[in-house]
Amino acid sequence: MEKEQFYYDNKIVKMFLWATILWGVVGMLVGLIVALLFVFPGLLEIAGADNAISWLSFGRLRPLHTNAVIFAFVGNGIFLGIYYSTQRLLKARMFNDVLSRIHFWGWQAIIVAAAITLPLGYTSSKEYAELEWPIDIAVVLIWVVFGINLIGTILKRRQRHIYVAIWFYIATLITIAVLYIFNNLEMPITAFKSYSVYSGVQDALIQWWYGHNAVAFFLTTPVLGLMYYFVPKVANRPVYSYRLSIIHFWTLIFLYIWAGPHHLLYTALPEWAQNLGTVFSIMLIFPSWGGMINGLLTLRGAWDKVRENPVLKFFVVAITGYGMATFEGPMLSFKNLNAIGHYTDWIVGHVHIGALAWNGFMVAGIVYWLAEKLWKTPLYSKKLANTHFWLGTLGILFYAIPLYIAGFMQAFMWKQFNPDGTLVYGNFLETVTQVLPMYMMRAIGGTLYLTGFILLAINVIKTAKVGSPVEDELAEAAPLKQISGKRIAGEGWHTWLERRTVLFTILTTVAILIGGLVEIVPLILVKSNIPTISSVKPYTPLELEGRDIYIREGCNNCHSQMIRPFRSEVERYGEYSKAGEFVYDFPFLWGSRRTGPDVHRIGGKYNDNWHFNHMLDPRSTSPGSIMPRYSWLIKNDLNASNIEDKMTGLVKLGVPYSSEEIAGAKDKLLAQAKEIEGNLRQDPEFVTNYGSSNIQNKEIVALIAYLQRLGTDIKAGNTAKK
Amino acid sequence: MLKFIKHNLEGIDGVEIYPIISLLLFFLVFIAMLIFVFKLPKKNIDEISQLPLDNDTNIKEINHE
Repeated sequence: MEKEQFYYDNKIVKMFLWATILWGVVGMLVGLIVALLFVFPGLLEIAGADNAISWLSFGRLRPLHTNAVIFAFVGNGIFLGIYYSTQRLLKARMFNDVLSRIHFWGWQAIIVAAAITLPLGYTSSKEYAELEWPIDIAVVLIWVVFGINLIGTILKRRQRHIYVAIWFYIATLITIAVLYIFNNLEMPITAFKSYSVYSGVQDALIQWWYGHNAVAFFLTTPVLGLMYYFVPKVANRPVYSYRLSIIHFWTLIFLYIWAGPHHLLYTALPEWAQNLGTVFSIMLIFPSWGGMINGLLTLRGAWDKVRENPVLKFFVVAITGYGMATFEGPMLSFKNLNAIGHYTDWIVGHVHIGALAWNGFMVAGIVYWLAEKLWKTPLYSKKLANTHFWLGTLGILFYAIPLYIAGFMQAFMWKQFNPDGTLVYGNFLETVTQVLPMYMMRAIGGTLYLTGFILLAINVIKTAKVGSPVEDELAEAAPLKQISGKRIAGEGWHTWLERRTVLFTILTTVAILIGGLVEIVPLILVKSNIPTISSVKPYTPLELEGRDIYIREGCNNCHSQMIRPFRSEVERYGEYSKAGEFVYDFPFLWGSRRTGPDVHRIGGKYNDNWHFNHMLDPRSTSPGSIMPRYSWLIKNDLNASNIEDKMTGLVKLGVPYSSEEIAGAKDKLLAQAKEIEGNLRQDPEFVTNYGSSNIQNKEIVALIAYLQRLGTDIKAGNTAKK
Repeated sequence: MLKFIKHNLEGIDGVEIYPIISLLLFFLVFIAMLIFVFKLPKKNIDEISQLPLDNDTNIKEINHE
């Protein structure tokens, strides 16, 4: 048949390549800075200890690091690989150049918006979904642009069969859209402040349904698609088993989105279903490992190439990292291991095996390989790439191993009892100072990894200088002959299905939507099922403002508000947390990591002065503490001008504030603030230092009000019963 | 962490139908998929798995750009 000539769009691939490198350096640098803050809490107090800078504090920088690495670095890396491989696999230029450009620049604009708003404290506090509502809307719009561009390219393809990598891209496209929208449903209050429409237990369930699946569909499926294209490509041999790759695809997407209900509702199942579920859970380690084996065995008979080719080295370590992380994941879902790992640095180590090895090394390998292809020249220095490989690999080990050790140390120190029934490490701080050497080693690991990545940047820049840019690459292929939409003679069912792209996409969507529905319906129903506790009351206006400051400062990055029903936790923190206590928590603030102690029962534990001094200088009340100083809370006036809007918004979400309460909010707020200032003034030292200033107007007062309220509703209930 | 709050979901009337639906559908789709995958003709499999590899045929022309 007559062949058509057309051009691949290499320019867009190059743009995503530069963005990947740039945001990789930025995201990892911020990561290194926050890692150093564990060891040197005063590192960023560049304007003096009493003038701590709010936008450089740990609680605000940590979300910047996670978002930059996930959505900016890995995100651009995924798009880079997708825009290159999709065009080649489908033998067509991307559907529309303008859409490609909008996708690119829109995504970068979102990243810049995130990099500005997160340090300024505009956050919804929900992990990996911190961005506030206007940026959320932009994310959805740009995602739709990407979707049209991808599906459009598939429709105008010159290749009948659709390779498995493209399926992974389609699954990513659809699922991320569903997850992102459901988890980010929020009630806007101002241009940059919103409340989650879910509260407490429900919010937590939906957040972690999102969190779990976002890891699956943003950090796993697209990268697997890249693996299935680039590993065979670089090794120049077909994938080990294409059949296995199909099994891998279907089990993976069904498993993640469908298996959720078993995880969440396991004990509600009849016994036959539980048995079936158990057999399945064990069987389902195989798709992940099947994928890993498939990737590694693609290199069978080509191991000599691995020795010479740095790209393949990166791929081998990346795929091994995928295998490790997907083994560890199911292990951590066992109850007894979860009880040890949760809230500790084990989890941080685990996710970094995924991020540094699987995502980071996969992207690095692709970048090196594409640099040669895009600039039509050998890599500037293979030696430098090898150095990057070894620095990176060492970096991963230095990062992960100390954190695994730290995780186990923390878990055991938190649980250790003396023979007389008291805790061996009664002061939480001791469990922090013990693991500081591990944090130091982690920072060294991070430095090694970042150094390696900077070598990559230098190498690619030098390669680009030597090479000649080919913006539009000529290719030719025969156009697709129109054939019947029905199955043709001798055609397998699957072959027929995969050439019917639109049908395939719709089926995938239906599969995901039914799976999502089966999971989401119980989560929607759960609200009416949370036992209410009559003594649990909505927050007062001042406490509500304090809670928003808690969210703004990202306190939930280091402090949990969820005491588990273990002897060790009840002994340390007090009565374990009840579901009914969180009904007015929009959003929930349980946290996921205890760098500091749990604060759910902090209310009434210390006096107001302690909190005041502790926020001003944590080291003054708790020697050796690694918490940041929050001196700006004492300088900044509390802006409560939106308190009525906030309360009205919460009423719409189901919080029983009366109209009188809303009308009198400002007066009530002031009265409570005065009371707290009165408490503070009982300390003569406070009067000497702050006697003349009007502390009642400051942000610190709201935060103290919130902290003193935390977990006290139940205590009040108990006294009432007595 | 979520295990401490999951009992709230388990108390919903008739909730066990959701995991049963999901488990059964998943089971059936999985088995159906396995059957189809193993019935796929070898010729097709080989053809598709070559797709990533056959794009570099026109490198020489490109260098004229």
